[in-house]
Amino acid sequence: MRKDIFVSFLSVIISTVLIFGALGELKAANAELKPIAKEDIKAAFIYGSPVGKEGYAFAHDKGRRALEQLGYKATALEGIPETTQFEKSVRDLIEQGYNVIYATSFGYGRYVERLADQYPNVYFNHATGDVTKTNLATYMGRLYQSQYLAGIAAALKTKSDKIGYVVSFPIPEVVSQVNAFTLGARSVNPKAVVEVKWTNSWYDPVAESGAGLELVNTGSDVIMAYLDTMSAQIAAAEKGAFAIGCSSSGAEALPKAYLTAPIFDWAKFYTADIERVVKGTWKGEFQFFGLESGVVEIDALTDNNADSAREAVQKAHDAIASGLLDVFAGEIKDNAGKVRVEAGRSLTDEQILTLDWFVEGVVGSIK
Amino acid sequence: MTLLDIALFGQTAVLMGTPLLLAALGEILTEKAGHMNLGVEGMMLAGAAAGFIAGFYTNSPALAFAAAGAAGAAGALIYAVLTVSLRANQIVTGFVLTIFLSGVANFVGSDLGNSTLGDGFTSVGDGGSFFSSIPFFGPVLFEQSRYVHFSLIMAAAVWIYLNKTSPGLSLRMVGENPSSADAAGIPVTFYKYSHILAGGFLCGAGGACLTLVIVKRWQESATAGMGWIAIALVIFAAWGPLKAVFGAYLFGALRGLSFKIQNAPISIGGRSLSVPAQILDLLPYIMTVVALILITLGKKRENQPPRSLGKPYFREER
Repeated sequence: MRKDIFVSFLSVIISTVLIFGALGELKAANAELKPIAKEDIKAAFIYGSPVGKEGYAFAHDKGRRALEQLGYKATALEGIPETTQFEKSVRDLIEQGYNVIYATSFGYGRYVERLADQYPNVYFNHATGDVTKTNLATYMGRLYQSQYLAGIAAALKTKSDKIGYVVSFPIPEVVSQVNAFTLGARSVNPKAVVEVKWTNSWYDPVAESGAGLELVNTGSDVIMAYLDTMSAQIAAAEKGAFAIGCSSSGAEALPKAYLTAPIFDWAKFYTADIERVVKGTWKGEFQFFGLESGVVEIDALTDNNADSAREAVQKAHDAIASGLLDVFAGEIKDNAGKVRVEAGRSLTDEQILTLDWFVEGVVGSIK
Repeated sequence: MTLLDIALFGQTAVLMGTPLLLAALGEILTEKAGHMNLGVEGMMLAGAAAGFIAGFYTNSPALAFAAAGAAGAAGALIYAVLTVSLRANQIVTGFVLTIFLSGVANFVGSDLGNSTLGDGFTSVGDGGSFFSSIPFFGPVLFEQSRYVHFSLIMAAAVWIYLNKTSPGLSLRMVGENPSSADAAGIPVTFYKYSHILAGGFLCGAGGACLTLVIVKRWQESATAGMGWIAIALVIFAAWGPLKAVFGAYLFGALRGLSFKIQNAPISIGGRSLSVPAQILDLLPYIMTVVALILITLGKKRENQPPRSLGKPYFREER
């Protein structure tokens, strides 16, 4: 009996020590993020799709290669699904000593949040994310501003006043792109309409070709897609339509049809961001870059464009970059005719990031 | 909707159905020899990659076609050695072949992501000829890629071969009852090898149709599950080449239909009905299951699968 009491007493002491020890360690880990010397930085980029030679992941990877050229260690994982596989891959990376993580897909969100709590010494960056912590920053570009400019180029080119737009899923990011594109188009050609087709996938080349063909067959003569590949535009160009690319240039692929593309210059962001880690000025904050920063841009307009396009796009570009023109300034009606933004008002960032209605001029619905 | 609108829709449907048709014809030949090759997806992808690479470097549609077929046949050769000579499990071998060839194709294609084909590939359509001026059928069947014409000719050829020729009869016998065929003096192993290889060739050609005609670009995993639909199509068509034509274009039309009805809901009796695209995407599979049930219930002999399908043949076990 005495022995039993002794054993339980001992175990209580041991567990108390263990618990306090663990708490102490947790506290130590919760200490502030430390700046990392340049040679100790190991950055990891995680992409949802293969890098390939064009598109979203490719644009981010250009940023990664810019870091490598500056002498940083930066690796990439491609085609990681938005599942626990992401979490596992990042854990492996951190165990290998990676200390700056760039998660480039929206769907990684909840896993990034969990990992940020578990590894407080690691810098986490989540593109298009919506949650920040002391060691978790989000970053995204106001690509919709470039979409507005691309819309201008498309509307000046179209003869049928019908522009086709192939998209993936009905999420706010996609809706805001289509809306800004349409507003840009109708700012120079009020008769222009933008017809939307959903592929319900970020990567399905055959479905994209089918959507592109369907749009051309039903009268659109300029085709745009907010997707990783240009399959829709390539299929449509075969039938004589003009093409607007997305995220990277299509000048090489479609010399006779390519007009322009809203593009990212992520190298600008990544090189500045990694310097902040070195200097210790990095903060877990929400970052939203517009045309003024150069992170979002419009590709140089090709000679396939209408004569007046270059001037009109440049004018709008300067107006947006200098803050004179707000893409989402009222009055804006939705495509059912209801006024959504009154004259004199404009959408806030939060409203832009939660958009769930199409502007007037969009043919299509959000299911 | 005018006649031209319908014709343009049909044109897309036929184009989308053509890779399916080619792969399904290949699988019909393979299954008629008594072999279930689930490597269709892999062989298509191998053909898609090889066809694109050959087309990119030689700028010759004919060489690209040959390379695609050869790549598919090479994949099928691996399968044939394993299942005919070594008598490995056909289902497992097929799956492994798909996984292996997908990896190989994505690896060899990875450098050609943004490459475009030369001028030899730009005018695949047959516009302006006498046939393309026929209303409706002109745009649907004649103003099309050569792959469409090739697949239709092959469908007819395979049907005649299976039903009207003596080697076709021997082939069916090999698939139904290899020991009887062997006893009748038919070279069973030769028939199995040759038809598995021919099947692989057609699957590879189907893959090339994707990267050379439809998408016109090498994309990683370009087939995106088409090989599996092709296998479903073989069952849907009850192993008949002509029924496969109908099935392939039906499946192709379903793919196009999901875009058509997105912005124009179907209205029945004044009530508009919106069908989610996902439902349309799974219709081919539902129709295949229904077809399979009907085949089993119908007990019509010509609609049944080859009796020795999936069974390895040991001469000594006769």
